[in-house]
Amino acid sequence: MRLTELTLAEARKRLRGREFSAAELTEAHLEAIAALNPRLNAYITVTEELAKSQAEAADQALARGDAGPLAGIPLAIKDLFCTEGVRTTAGSRILAPFVPPYESTVTAQLKRDGAVFLGKANLDEFAMGSSNMTSAFGPVENPWKRKGAEAAKLVPGGSSGGSAAAVAAQLALGATGTDTGGSIRQPAAFCGIAGIKPTYGRCSRWGIVAFASSLDQAGPFARTVEDCAILLRSMAGHDPKDSTSADRPVPDYEAACRRSIKGLKIGIPREYRAPGMPAEIEELWERGMAWLKDAGADAQEVSLPHTKYGLATYYIVAPAEASSNLARYDGVRFGMRVESDDLLELYERTRAQGFGPEVKRRILIGTYVLSAGYYEAYYLRAQKVRALILRDFTEAFSRVDVLLTPTAPSAAFEQGAKMDDPVQMYLNDIFTVPASMAGLPAISVPAGLDAQGLPLGLQLIGRPFDEETVFAVAAALERAAGFTHLPQIRAGV
Amino acid sequence: MGYMIEGETGPWEVVIGLEVHAQVISKAKLFSGAAAHFGSEPNTQVSFVDAAFPGMLPVINRECVAQALRTGLGLNAHINLVSRFDRKNYFYPDLPAGYQISQYQHPIVGHGSIEIELADGTTKTIGITRLHLEQDAGKSLHDQHPTKSYIDLNRAGVALMEIVSEPDMRSPEEAGAYLRKLRSIMRYLGTCDGNMEEGSLRADINVSVRKPGEPFRTRCEVKNVNSIRFVMQAIEAEARRQVEVWESGGVVEQETRLFDPQRGVTRAMRSKEEAHDYRYFPDPDLLPLVIDEAWLEELRANLPELPDAKKRRFMQHYGLSAYDATLLVSEKATADYFEEVAKGRDAKLTANWVMGELFAVLNRTGRSIEQSPVSAQALGELLDLLADGTISGRIAKDVFEIMVETGEAPAVIVERKGLRQVTDTGAIEQAVTAVLAAHPKEVAAYKAGKERLFGFFVGQVMKAMAGKANPALVNEILKHKLG
Repeated sequence: MRLTELTLAEARKRLRGREFSAAELTEAHLEAIAALNPRLNAYITVTEELAKSQAEAADQALARGDAGPLAGIPLAIKDLFCTEGVRTTAGSRILAPFVPPYESTVTAQLKRDGAVFLGKANLDEFAMGSSNMTSAFGPVENPWKRKGAEAAKLVPGGSSGGSAAAVAAQLALGATGTDTGGSIRQPAAFCGIAGIKPTYGRCSRWGIVAFASSLDQAGPFARTVEDCAILLRSMAGHDPKDSTSADRPVPDYEAACRRSIKGLKIGIPREYRAPGMPAEIEELWERGMAWLKDAGADAQEVSLPHTKYGLATYYIVAPAEASSNLARYDGVRFGMRVESDDLLELYERTRAQGFGPEVKRRILIGTYVLSAGYYEAYYLRAQKVRALILRDFTEAFSRVDVLLTPTAPSAAFEQGAKMDDPVQMYLNDIFTVPASMAGLPAISVPAGLDAQGLPLGLQLIGRPFDEETVFAVAAALERAAGFTHLPQIRAGV
Repeated sequence: MGYMIEGETGPWEVVIGLEVHAQVISKAKLFSGAAAHFGSEPNTQVSFVDAAFPGMLPVINRECVAQALRTGLGLNAHINLVSRFDRKNYFYPDLPAGYQISQYQHPIVGHGSIEIELADGTTKTIGITRLHLEQDAGKSLHDQHPTKSYIDLNRAGVALMEIVSEPDMRSPEEAGAYLRKLRSIMRYLGTCDGNMEEGSLRADINVSVRKPGEPFRTRCEVKNVNSIRFVMQAIEAEARRQVEVWESGGVVEQETRLFDPQRGVTRAMRSKEEAHDYRYFPDPDLLPLVIDEAWLEELRANLPELPDAKKRRFMQHYGLSAYDATLLVSEKATADYFEEVAKGRDAKLTANWVMGELFAVLNRTGRSIEQSPVSAQALGELLDLLADGTISGRIAKDVFEIMVETGEAPAVIVERKGLRQVTDTGAIEQAVTAVLAAHPKEVAAYKAGKERLFGFFVGQVMKAMAGKANPALVNEILKHKLG
């Protein structure tokens, strides 16, 4: 068995058993990256030297017996996390030359626990997108192929497309992502892996390039639910440097994966039956319900009546915050600058050349909805609807323990599709956005293939800060689904 | 009738409201751990949060909140236990994030009031609309390079309190009194040093004019005036301008103006077309600010005595007049100085010396009371020498002048210069006898009923004894000898 095929949990066990070294494990991944990244473009920056020195340190810690929980585990880091001394681009030209002098809290915790950073993963520019097509560093190719159409390049989803593709193609054992409206769950579904967005406030946002502050949340990708649980435990925790970070103890998520789900109540939100949704996604959803019932859970229908406003509301709130968050990219203190003798011209040229079209579109939308005369009609009303969406969930969770839905309304699509109609692109997030708006933990679990051989995911949404139940049900779903398919493009193939 | 601008169509009333920006005294900035020290080298007090680097987040500084609460309590204001921070969005190089974090919709402090004292002895209550916390911006330096501007971010993110008054003032004098009182309260509280030259206190003035009895007319805002004198001048200049506009058939446009102290006029700063849309919205990086009631009560219990209360106490406890008490409490350092001297001594005498001799010396030398050449203890010792008859009042003034010059203790000066008062009745009798013998005509006139001449004899005796004779004994012996 190739070292790159291992799950994170297996690799951890064998590293501790000294069956191979962290240096060997890292080398295997660096070789796979060298072979496949030119094609997949999953990494913007490969940090070979850093990875090797971290692996060496992990081997020493393993030899001494004081290794951290992630000692020697090679990871991909979404290029939205600031990493000290390592270029951090956010997938944008405007940050192309930016080397942060600080380390984000989440990556600092992964480092503390001994992880090895293979490089910075590609993403949609400033995490704005559902296809990874908006990256200034080029699109990422999904390692999965449609049956009989191997030439067609598919998108890995977005915005954390590079992270998802890297984990699926075995170019990392796990990865960090961020999820604002589905940016972990949708690419996880498109790439046939697991990915969880924890409760808002569970992971510190300090040092993560901001898109929409009230929605952004970090989370892990991995090839199994248990591996996600292992990573989240290291990533999560209170951070006094983030005022919205929750001061709560971090439970043992790995243990939660082994919990029985007997007697748990699974809610099936009737509003998630989107018109025009492919029948095979509906069928997979039905199968998911059946698997969970077989595992001892009860399923019942629930109603989330404001779901239909979720997407529209999201595309007011998120761009509004983004328009303000991105004002700091002005060419004055860091990143790219297009020189001019005139201040306004310096701003205009820097931002005109530094930002791509999708980012500009969202800055325009956000500026518009916050403008005098429109604020009440858009932003304020969106906030009210957001409160109603949260209330829907609160009521549903008074009757059930977790909600089961499809993750996305389709499987991965071709690169370049949906690019001429932003609304079609935004519809990718229709099932993931409500949990983001409500700040709830939600995971995508690979559950089957469609008729064309592409992976489909199911989403589980939990109560605030109840990631444990989400993990327990996700692990049960994973066991029942028995998803063992592998993408056509992967290490060693 | 109060202050009016006399126009061609009759008198105009001036309506004034002030927005004061007061820099909070605090070791660190409002949302970052960077220091907030004035006068440091440019860009040495800047954290990554202040410079708005990617991924940096604001965390509120508890001490700045405490200072705002203390100030709110000192202004007799309503404290909002839940308040919120908003973003005010605009592009400028000295505003690194592209937005200022401020409190737009829900300020930490609501309605309050302060009482001002006017020159004619009356008092007036000025309403406070609100007080909110916000970040200061950095500084653009336009004189460092022929074509470029330099940016100093030391001040970026420093905590400010914006204190907005009601449009309750009706004259430059009232506006000046309001600013002085506000500054005095904040200095008592230790929440703002009130130093207008260093920019830790700045005022925006809203001015309109109207015929007596009319509703308010359009106001103009005169921005960033940095001394009380200029505030008073700017109000008068702007009010006169508006009267001229109205009287010449024009209409005053609501706009932002700047005061030019050299020329004594205001001029328009930017027109309406350039007016900003600040796109305020709640800052999603910050949770609502919730004040714990027990903490607020603790702050309230630990407030120092404020000027109004101190004034009442000075009047009741020391028997001072309202005028004297007002003058002594206007600066906390003055009040402290007075109380230190007055302890165990004659309060009225102390007040007279502080407001008379001491203030004169401070004015003459341009010093503040903290830098006084005569300490409270030294002045106390001088008053003791006066009280126990060691020196006379006249000699005391001479000794005081020497204390100012040399810093010596009063007792040392008295000994060295031989200024001890003569209480030897024999010596005084001798001098009295000699003076009466030398002025027979005046003695005769006195005895014929011209009693005013008594002072003449006192003066002559004092002169003969180089001012050192005990005045009471001189009086007594003179009366006796003159029969």
